[in-house]
Amino acid sequence: MSSDLNDPTGVNHYVAPAATTTLVVDAVRVDEKPSNLWSDAWRDLRRRPVFWVSLLVVAIVLLMAIWPTLFTQVAPNNGCELSNSNGGPSDGHPLGFTFLGCDVWSRMVWGARTSLTVGLLATIIGTVIGLIMGAFAGFYGGWLDSLLSRIGDIFFSIPYILAAIVVMSVFSTNRNVFTLAFAIGGFAWASTARVVRAEVLRVRQADFVTASRALGKSRFGTLISHVIPNAIAPLLVITTISLAAAIVAEATLAFLGVGLGSDVMSWGNDIAQAQQSLRVAPMALIYPSIILTVTVLAFILLGELIRDALDPRARARR
Amino acid sequence: MSETAREPLLSVRDLRVAFESQSGSREVLHDVNFDIFPGETIAIVGESGSGKSTTASAIIQLLPGTGHVTAGSIMLGDDDLTLRNQAQMANIRGREIGYVPQDPMSNLNPVWSIGFQVKEAVRANGIASGKKEIEARAIEVLKQAGLADAEKRMHQYPHQFSGGMRQRALIGIGLAADPKLLIADEPTSALDVTVQRVILDHMAKLTREKGTSVLLITHDLGLAAERAERIIVMKDGEIVESGPSRLILENPQHPYTQRLVAAAPSIASQRIQAVVEDRGVQSLADVADAAPTLRVRELTKDYKIRQGSFRSEPFRAVDAVSFEIPRGKTLALVGESGSGKSTVAKMVLKLEDPTSGSIEVDGVDVAGLSRKETFALRRRMQPVFQDPYGSLDPMRNIGNTIAEPLEIHKVGDAASRRARVTELLDQVSLPQSLASRYANELSGGQRQRVAIARALALKPDIVVLDEAVSALDVLVQDQILKLLADLQSELGLTYLFITHDLAVVRVAADLVCVMERGKVVEQGTVDEIFANPTEQYTRRLLDAIPGASIPLGGAAAAGL
Amino acid sequence: MFGYILRRLLQVIPVFFGATLLIYFMVFALPGDPIIALFGDKTPNPAVVEQLRAQYHLDQPFIVQYFYYITGIFQGNLGSTFSGQSVNDVLARTLPVTARLAVMAIAIEFTLAIIIGTVSALRKGKLFDNTMLIIALIFVALPIFVLSFLAQYFLAIQWGWFKPTVGAQNDWGDLWLPAIVLGLSLYATSMRLMRSSVIDTLNQDWVRTAYSKGLTRSRVVPVHVLRNSLIPVITNSATNFGVLLVGATVTEGIFNVPGVGNTLFHAVQKHEGPTVVSFVTVFVIIYVLVNLVVDLLYGLLDPRIRYVK
Repeated sequence: MSSDLNDPTGVNHYVAPAATTTLVVDAVRVDEKPSNLWSDAWRDLRRRPVFWVSLLVVAIVLLMAIWPTLFTQVAPNNGCELSNSNGGPSDGHPLGFTFLGCDVWSRMVWGARTSLTVGLLATIIGTVIGLIMGAFAGFYGGWLDSLLSRIGDIFFSIPYILAAIVVMSVFSTNRNVFTLAFAIGGFAWASTARVVRAEVLRVRQADFVTASRALGKSRFGTLISHVIPNAIAPLLVITTISLAAAIVAEATLAFLGVGLGSDVMSWGNDIAQAQQSLRVAPMALIYPSIILTVTVLAFILLGELIRDALDPRARARR
Repeated sequence: MSETAREPLLSVRDLRVAFESQSGSREVLHDVNFDIFPGETIAIVGESGSGKSTTASAIIQLLPGTGHVTAGSIMLGDDDLTLRNQAQMANIRGREIGYVPQDPMSNLNPVWSIGFQVKEAVRANGIASGKKEIEARAIEVLKQAGLADAEKRMHQYPHQFSGGMRQRALIGIGLAADPKLLIADEPTSALDVTVQRVILDHMAKLTREKGTSVLLITHDLGLAAERAERIIVMKDGEIVESGPSRLILENPQHPYTQRLVAAAPSIASQRIQAVVEDRGVQSLADVADAAPTLRVRELTKDYKIRQGSFRSEPFRAVDAVSFEIPRGKTLALVGESGSGKSTVAKMVLKLEDPTSGSIEVDGVDVAGLSRKETFALRRRMQPVFQDPYGSLDPMRNIGNTIAEPLEIHKVGDAASRRARVTELLDQVSLPQSLASRYANELSGGQRQRVAIARALALKPDIVVLDEAVSALDVLVQDQILKLLADLQSELGLTYLFITHDLAVVRVAADLVCVMERGKVVEQGTVDEIFANPTEQYTRRLLDAIPGASIPLGGAAAAGL
Repeated sequence: MFGYILRRLLQVIPVFFGATLLIYFMVFALPGDPIIALFGDKTPNPAVVEQLRAQYHLDQPFIVQYFYYITGIFQGNLGSTFSGQSVNDVLARTLPVTARLAVMAIAIEFTLAIIIGTVSALRKGKLFDNTMLIIALIFVALPIFVLSFLAQYFLAIQWGWFKPTVGAQNDWGDLWLPAIVLGLSLYATSMRLMRSSVIDTLNQDWVRTAYSKGLTRSRVVPVHVLRNSLIPVITNSATNFGVLLVGATVTEGIFNVPGVGNTLFHAVQKHEGPTVVSFVTVFVIIYVLVNLVVDLLYGLLDPRIRYVK
């Protein structure tokens, strides 16, 4: 009955040699570094080169928006001379000229400000509305959920670019950054709200929320201190991707002619204007296209990387 | 006793399995050796992480993710299964070796009918050919599995079946091709205990009739002893002990097995006593004179369930439930799923309002309290929930989690709260350094301790434990139950213990209340009910406890 | 199932009214003279202004205006364009063209997305998968008007594979270039969704159980993985249709395809407010209907909806 090494298959009775240390049940084992969602995510992100590249691109574009004179001395609109129309690169004008004789590089740099301002504002508006609507609908449920979800459905059923087109067409006399941002954000919130609502519903089921209520915390208090912090992770991902979408929206609307007006610098405007001379001077169209695409790509990549970094399943696999 | 020279059906030698990850290769099975002989049932028993499921998966070469066999052999007759590729394994699977998985809901494809999924097993293993023959054989498989109206059931979808029916279908599929070996990986863990017994009996009958060998994977020692001739005990990827079931249970040799046997709750065990005092409870008369801390009378709860699109029917989740818990005692509310026990807990915690009936705490009816009074009342009643992975907010560190009750009820200042957190961590035997850590760094048992610490922060009188140990491994469960017993005697706590596991009731409670479908079927002291159950349902529940008749380890020595 | 259909139909009604009301509200309930605002910086013909005022019943309270507008829609009267043509006539001419374009684009999108998404998922992490992911990411980031111009410049102007614009000859064969552009633009998100859906499904327990029954990969993947993976892609295609509509507007404009989108495109560029509103409304109605159809289709795919216990 004791350890029988000739009978490892235990037809009789096999007992493995006992370990020298005594058995400790459920010992506490923690790494030196504290681990929570955010610190783990950061550790994952910072060792990915794609993250740093995207961050760099975003930083450059941001810098262009805040401080355009750092990148170009040429004033975008003043230096336009028709005699330079569709000219190639020359001294001080590295990327050549547009159809109207304006400096391509300069317009690209100054256009960053428009895109980022509108993009950021629209995203903030959309995210804030979406967060509030989604969180209340998901958390309180019942008639409030039905009402807010119905409202969300209605807004959701109008593709936000089409809605923005209508709004900007109506506000044709009053086009500024704020109306454009509201036109985009005021409709794009619906998809954010849906995601927030789903996330809130998921968190609401968790026992720590019930425990909070059993302690006597108010529902609203529980929403703010327990549910929302847990919903921040997906919200962050959505915000980054929404920003990319908002920049595209601004460019598309500018291209269609219902953006901020043809005298305002916008990548979308530039592309629209360059359309007529596509055959002869394609670069005037391609350059702003590149910077637009690269900016959008950088934001989308950031959003995806953040999402992967925050994914709890991915954390378990690390 | 000399070994008869039988040829093993399956022979595993020096098996090693490893998983690949970003940080390298991690070996999870180390030198596993065992044989399975024709017609016998053996069980692999272990806690989570022991490698028992990995072993089962390795045999049919369906290791999840990056798992792979790094050394050793798995001989099925003359065939080494580790040398076969996936296409070759397909011939073995289903035909020679059948597999019954654990969770019946997630293991059936929701978009195809049950009949479809049975038929494809029949077809793939060459048991029948031609549409009519396959259909007939599939119906036969379902009938054999114990499903009535098999013809009708063929066209139904998994979500239209109950859990027990789905598992029967899976067992039927596993046995459809009359394999020589059936691997059953925790086949009934996801089911109610009475359903478990019926299904396992049925499975045993089928395998006996066909002469199929069975490899049963389970975490339940009693179940293994009852159903298997031999038991293999695994820990951390190794076999620590193996041998005939009775021998293992009556005379375990390895320290781990001894701990396992001692910790496994069963009818024969005794109530876990706190170290300090001896509190034998023999009959209701003994407890009658202590004042009831919690008294529930005729508690009823109706819900409206939506039927179809427009109608809604009332559904009585709790029906005239009454019980009392004297101060410092534990009452177990036991029942299967749908019995209403969790709903009672919610009402006691004032998370839901009863439709009728009363709840009294120290003689005061809680229904009539104002909001302020209810808020104050909450300090005296606190919950600990089942799911250790959901009961702690992942965004807060442990210290803040435990201190939250103090913040909500505005007890003390920052310094005194920190001191209290220190005190509580001590009481639940967790190191102080955990206060700045987060929940994801802790194991299930450790998280439950934190949940208990949080529940004790406001010095409550009543703790409602809603399946608080059900999700824990046996040894950890034992630890937590001992902790709860110690805390109860130290702090004079009254427990309302909700569980589906009668065996745990035996070791953890003084009084028991058996519920079925919302009603109290029987109640009394634990000793009385276990010795002399009067109701049929109670008897069925007691019979269903796996390993009920087997004296385990120390109990046999104690002369029970 | 019947209950599901009924509930879905009932849900459409408030959404339909709500959406049209919202559009109407944006245009007519906000401060300022809507008619003048709609014309932007153009000076409208006074006769047209009067006609529009009468058409939109601007002397009546807002709700009455909306009522006339909605009953008009139900009677099939969608108003007239800036240039005086009836919207119905314009639709009769242009809708078939856009329909052809949409069908071609969706066909390209789905075929590519399903095939490449599945193969990528099955070869996760390998060269094919990584390449396809990068390509898809680029297409996701490229705004559709940029993609259109690039395609027009390189494929049509420089290499001459297609005609740079479509124009009057707009039968199936002539629509290849815009259809490819539109299809590729939509393909990117669908392919990524299909890929992640297949990856998720491959990890499901029932797939493992299917293998344990003795089924081979050639059966498990098409039967147990594909159908389940398609479900989220199909449901997403409803929302994606909104992207299609906007994309159609841009591509029809750039490639001069005489469809509904083109009309909207020019109306927007020329600041013809009333036309814009009419056609956006048409698009929204189509979008709501498509969503309804997709939801009903989803009920067919997923038996859990069909048979509620």
